[in-house]
Formats: sequence, C-alpha cells, structure tokens
Amino acid sequence: MTKMDKPSAFSRRTLLKGVGALVVSVGTPVGLDMMLATREAFAQGAKPPLMPNELSSFIAINADGSVAAYFGKMDMGHGLFVAIGQMVAEELDVPFKAVKVYMGDTANSVNQGGASGSTGIQFGGKQMRMAAAEARRVLLDMAAEKLGTPADQLIVVNGAVSAAFNRDKKTSYGELIGGRYFNVQLEWNKQWGNALYAPGKAKPKLHTAHKIVGQPVRREDVAPKVFAQEDFVTDVKVPGMVHGRMIRPPVAGAVPVKVDETSIRDIPGAKAVWEKGFLGVVADREWDAIKAAEKLKVEWSDAAPPFPEQATLYDHIRKAPVRKSQIDQQNGNVEEAFKAAARVIEAEYEWPFQSHASMGPACALVEIKDGKVTCWSGTQKSHFVQQGIAATLGVPAETVHVIWQTGPGSYGRNDADDCAADAATLAKAVGKPVRLQYMREQGTGWDPKGPASVHKVRAALDASGNVTAYEFISKAFSRVDVDTNGSKPFDTLNGQTRGVALKSGDGFGVPAESYAFANKKMGWETIPPLLDRASPLRTSHLRDPVGPQIHFASESFIDEVAAAVNADPIEFRLRYVKDARDIALLKAVAEKSGWQSRPSPRRDQVGAKVAGRGIAYSQRNGTRVAIVAEVEIDRGSGKIHAKKFTVAHDCGQIINPDGLVKCIEGNIVQGISRTLWEEVTFDSKAVTSVDWTTYPILDITETPEAIDCVLINRPELDPSGAGEPSIRPVAAAIANAIFDATGVRIRRVPFSPDRVKAALS
Amino acid sequence: MSKDFTLDVNGKQHTVNVDPDMPLLYALRDDLGLNNPHFGCGLAQCGACTVHLDGQPIRSCVTPVSDAAGHKVVTLAGLGTPEKPHPLQTAYVEEQVPQCGYCINGWIMTAAAFLAEKKRPSEAEIKQALEGLKCRCGTHVSILKAVKRAATMMG
Repeated sequence: MTKMDKPSAFSRRTLLKGVGALVVSVGTPVGLDMMLATREAFAQGAKPPLMPNELSSFIAINADGSVAAYFGKMDMGHGLFVAIGQMVAEELDVPFKAVKVYMGDTANSVNQGGASGSTGIQFGGKQMRMAAAEARRVLLDMAAEKLGTPADQLIVVNGAVSAAFNRDKKTSYGELIGGRYFNVQLEWNKQWGNALYAPGKAKPKLHTAHKIVGQPVRREDVAPKVFAQEDFVTDVKVPGMVHGRMIRPPVAGAVPVKVDETSIRDIPGAKAVWEKGFLGVVADREWDAIKAAEKLKVEWSDAAPPFPEQATLYDHIRKAPVRKSQIDQQNGNVEEAFKAAARVIEAEYEWPFQSHASMGPACALVEIKDGKVTCWSGTQKSHFVQQGIAATLGVPAETVHVIWQTGPGSYGRNDADDCAADAATLAKAVGKPVRLQYMREQGTGWDPKGPASVHKVRAALDASGNVTAYEFISKAFSRVDVDTNGSKPFDTLNGQTRGVALKSGDGFGVPAESYAFANKKMGWETIPPLLDRASPLRTSHLRDPVGPQIHFASESFIDEVAAAVNADPIEFRLRYVKDARDIALLKAVAEKSGWQSRPSPRRDQVGAKVAGRGIAYSQRNGTRVAIVAEVEIDRGSGKIHAKKFTVAHDCGQIINPDGLVKCIEGNIVQGISRTLWEEVTFDSKAVTSVDWTTYPILDITETPEAIDCVLINRPELDPSGAGEPSIRPVAAAIANAIFDATGVRIRRVPFSPDRVKAALS
Repeated sequence: MSKDFTLDVNGKQHTVNVDPDMPLLYALRDDLGLNNPHFGCGLAQCGACTVHLDGQPIRSCVTPVSDAAGHKVVTLAGLGTPEKPHPLQTAYVEEQVPQCGYCINGWIMTAAAFLAEKKRPSEAEIKQALEGLKCRCGTHVSILKAVKRAATMMG
C-alpha cells in the first residue's frame, strides 16, 4: 500500500478520492426520460470538457448536496482556500463546511494562473464567485420547474430550496443535480491564466447580503499539519519509485566533459543521468542517491568565472549596457522643470540579489506509465508545469497530469518548477518513477533570484519648498530573465542545461503611489544577465517582484525630500497624495500608531541606544498599504531592532479578516528579514549563499514586539490582493525610522550590523 | 555496509537495515514511512527535522541511525494526537500558526522539550530557547503567541 492510498482524516489526500466519488455517482444511470426539460438542459451525466466556458469546470454538486469547487490557483500558506470556500458558499447559500475547494490539479481545474501576483482572491475568487452565483441561478431555475414556483419566489437555506410562501414545497441542490455535472455555458473571455474570466448570466449577491464572506473562518489545514497528518509534496511515494539528486557545476557555466560512473558502482541502484549540462543521479534509497551525488567523479569544462566581484555589483549595474528601457509614467515637462528648480535633491539606492530560500529545497515526483505522465509538485503554477513537462519530454500536454501538493514554502518563482522538469528528465532516463529533492545548497544557491537593482531619484523644488518635478529611474537585472513559470524549457534550469535556445525576457517596474507632481517621470532600464544560461544568478519573481526594491527607493526618497523642507513625513506625503483611499490610509496609520507631527530626524537622543519612527506607503494592483515602523538602533553594534509595526491595509472587500491579519504578519516579518539580513553572496565562480549561515534570515529573537493592523474594509468594492502588498513598504519604513533616530540615511539593503555601524561612524 | 538497527519510535519497535552513518531522518521518512519530520537543510541549521531522543530535541538530519538505536525517539506524530493533543498542538491550532507548515517540527518539538523543563517562562526565555530555528513564511509572531499559550496551559 502506498502512502497515497492510505486512508486519512485529511482532505488533501482525499482530493483524488473526492473527484472519484463524484465520477462514481455520475456514473449511476439516470433515466433521461425521468428528467424535466430544464434538468436535461442544465445537467448531464457525462463530464463536459474541462474548459473555462463550462460551469462544471468550476463547480459541482455532489450526490449528498455538498459542493466541490475546482480552483486553478493554489494556497501558498495564507488560507486562500478558506476565502474561496467562503465566497462560493456565500453565493450558493450553503454552509461553509459544505464546500470543498480542490486546488491546482490539472485533471480537474482550468488554468487560472496558479499562485500569482496576489490574485488568488482578486481574480481567482472573482471567477469562483461568478461561477457559484451562476450555479445558484441555474439550480433555482431547476427548482422552479420542479416545484412549480417562480424562481424569484424561492428561498435557499443551507442548500435546501423551498417556496417562500409554502415551505412544504421544497427540494435541495442534492436532489436537483447532485452527482451529475452542470451542463451550462459561461461567457469566457478566451483568456487563460490570471486574466481568465468566465461569468454566467447571474449577478453575485450585494455585499449587504453577505453572511459568510467577511467572517473570520478558520483554516482546516492547521490541525493536520500540527498532528503530522498532512502529506507535503516531499511525502508522496509511489510503487517502484527511486530517488534522484542533481549535480551542479562548481563554476557557473561549466558543463561535465567526463562522468565516471564506476565511481558510484558500489552504491545499490546508483546510476548517472547525463545530457549536455544536465547531470543527475538516481538510487533506490534516498541516502544512497545523496551519497552518489557526492561521490560521482565528474570532470567539468574549463569555464571562465562569469561573475564580477560582489563588491563591484552596483558599479557593474551602473556601467552595464541597457538592454531595454521604458518610461511607464510621464506627465508635464520634467527636464524644463528641473532647469527652473530653486533646489534639486538627488539620491541613489541599491538592492541586492535575494533568494527565495524556501524552507526546504524543491521536491517533485514524476511517474511515466502507460503513456501518461504524472507529476506531484509544490509549484505555484501546476498548469504551466504541465506544459513545461510536456515540452521537456516531448509529449502532448494532455498526457501530463500535474498534481499540486503543499510544498516547502514558495514566495514566487522558486526552484519548484525547475525541480519538476529535472524529475521528468530523470524519470524518462531511468524508466522508473523518480522522486527528486534538491539539496539545501541548491535550494538557496541555485533558485532564480530576486533582481539586484540601482534606483536613481531626483526632485526639483521651488523657492517655497514645493516639489515641481520628480524623476525615478531604476537600472536593474530583469524580473523575467527567466519567466515566472516553468512552461517553457528556456525558462527552466533543465532546458538551459540541456541546451535549448535561450530567450531572456525584460521587465521591471515603477513606484505605485498617487503623488501628484506637476512634472513626473518614472521608468526603468534592464541589463543583461551576468551569465546567459543555467546561471545561479538568473533573475525572476521573488515575493512582490521588484516591489520591495522600488519602494525602498521611492519611499525613502520622499522622506528625504520631506526632511529637506523640514516637514513632517506624513503631512508632507498628504500634500501630494491625491487618491482618497491613500489619504484615508495614511491618516489611519498615523492615528493608530500615535504619530506625533514633527520633522525627522529627532535630534533629541543621546547614548548608545536610540529609537525612531518611519512611515512608508504604497499601492499594489488596487491594494494600498501604509506602515509605521518603530525601531531601536544600537549605535555600538549597529544592530537594529525593528520593534513595532503599525500597518493600515486597504484591499477593498475583506473576505476573511483573520486570514488577512496572518498574511500581513508574514509579509512584515519576511520584509524585515529581507531589509535587515538578506543578500545573496557570490564570488567570481559561484553563489556562496548556500545555507542558513551564508544566507541568514530574521531570527525569532528579533521578532517585533507588535504588529498592529488597521484593516480598512470596503465591502462595496471588489477585493484586491493581500499576499504581497504589505511587504512592499517595509524596507523604506525601517530606513526612514533609522533616519529619524540617527539622522543617517542608509541607501543600501540589507541594513546588516556592520553596514549600519559603518554608516553611523 | 548495511546493518540491522532497532529503533524505538513513538513507542513502537522497528528494525531497519541501513548504513550506520545514514542520518536518522531518512530511516524515519523512508523506512518507517513517517511523513514527519522534514528535510530542510541536512546541516542542523533549520530544525525542520527535529525529533526527541530520550526527551531531548535533536536534529535528525545529522544524527546517525547508529546513535539513535537503543534510545526513545518521538516525532511530532508521537507528541500528541487530535484526541489527546500536546498543549503546544492545541495552542498551534488555536493561534492558527503555520503558513506553509514545513518548519513546524522544529518549533513544536523544541518548544515541547523546553516547556517540559521550564515552567512559566518569560518571553525572553522562550525566544532564547527557540533561537536559530527557521520559519521562512515569517509566522514568528504567531509562534510566540502559541508557545506562550501552551506555557500557560501547562501551568
């Protein structure tokens, strides 16, 4: 009996069974002649194609009346499935517990983009809400026909439908369609991924009618995790499975020229798999695979060390050729305004490469059997991995089934998609199912990195200290040197090591705020990667891609201008912020944090320990966040204690306030970590951040004493995202607090003790 | 060369035939089929592999099987059950602590051993006891709340 077959209390393992149960009940013969016309039109036994224009691709009613919601996105630990369940239950008028959300399985969900850009609720939830509303409309039409009562005279309570004026006339969702599929078409916009939208004819409920949405419903996956009952992707096993490990070159860019398989012949089942730059091993036992990867004698090509000395990174960026430049926002005449300025303030800010450094290195299991490929992956984007594996193996995508299973952390395009492709190559080569897990040094040393950047900002002031012009230009490595998913071999380490033609993308971003300056220009320039293929410093999306670096610069700079005109930092922002929700947010965070109006720095502290407060705010795709950070600095050691955070958060309608608070807390702590500690180190040959000592993150002893959240709920508005927006202003809030405490402006992240000490001396 | 070792895990005896140098982690996961603890680093730096050896938290990713034989091993699954939870497990559910949850062994098993010896610890003592454990999702605030809650439950 394999692990996957074991009965379990937990839902995710019964995921497959849940689907099976539905199909079984569907398979029960239903005499079509017994059906009423409406039912024939709306329900059927055979499953309609798994396409976005089919209601059945999103919602099914099981024979017992419970609801299955098939979701083409997945939860990265924020309880997204709870929020989706709330939205579906709300529209259908069923209890929350009657809804089960199935996530990220390519066999039963359509590509809604996976975990991406904090759009789980914003786009994914919107679609599920519309689908559930349409399902309710259809069910009421069916009930109307069955009960002989107009649909607008029916009421639904917990999935039971009855006539409003005669409660004896009743039926239920289970009776109406349970166990059969909806045969209802949606108006699909023909888009895939995040942009996919397929509403029906129904309108969703008014927010004033919401009973489940907005409630602090708890996560059901916490107990299984706490009692060790949940299978992570690392725990999946199938019969006949062997273990794989990958081998990476000591000098980035080198490829094996000689592999001596006799060096591992003493290890049971050990075998090397070598194709151009791709080199891995498999063995029957996991420990043997690890030993084989260590023992395999490999001769590497004589590659020239590809990287500059780390100390010269920012010089490199400044001097590098520009591959693409783009102005994303422009108004007025910036050049003329700078010429006429009474005073110009300029500053540059620097942000290092950072690693996803997920809690465990990526893991995937691939089984190729009877012309079908099954992959278990912790990816953020299983539908894209399906395409990637198909391309890697040269098989049709329809023959590839990717099952998303909770992974060891994510935070963007980490190493998960590379691992799935590598496992596929190994499985094909050895003709057995292969479970591949990377090692720690590969998880940190070889994941796609968040791009390093330099940001150049200047402002023109008139004689009265008003900002007359503003210019913000980033120069950086691309956010999509490799794309945000592993659907194309040129975007995976697998494809790049196996020699596919490269296609590095260009992209960055600009600040998201509502400062209305009469003359304003914001843009970016991208530079080529340091190594064009199979690089441990290839860059892609890391939580809130390019947001933390851009807003570290932009919100530090606004503070610099406020200080230059001797203005209170919040009052100064309010002179220029024009968006009403932004204004409300800044006022809310000021009030909650007990902000006293005065300019920075304080200039009233003596002694080794000094304290300060800083504000930063930003938008992100509809969401707005303002943060007040309160920090303590030990001048002697340079150590910063980010002591207290007050966070005002406006993401439109709040679906689950408790889930939102947890999500914000994680963002703030990870944001502090990235600000104070995180920097990928490298020498000319390789990345030298390979574990938790060489890539330190925030320790529990450094936890803030409080993270106070002000949740601004706007139920009348559509919900926007929360998975990333609140990490965005953290670095600037801390930088501004350090300036407030010390009068010293730190313009390079991370604010490690040595760097702070040097800056203060 | 592989050898037979008898392991006492969560109160049950198991015999495994493995390389004496193989870390306990792989015996627990691959030979005994326990889906806890987890591989995080293999370097004793993160804690995701933590189990109790005679009541003390150890990093099973660097502890050879031969060192574990003859001692009582308890994993997270053996610490408590939904029917009979350890106070830390109750507190973790109450505080809804984990996000991805992969790090959970380190925190709960380390805190359980700490709270077994230290009654009514201060927040500073709790932090010190948990120093060095990793959580990448940043659930630090909730972890501390849960450990404090469990400490209160344990009197």
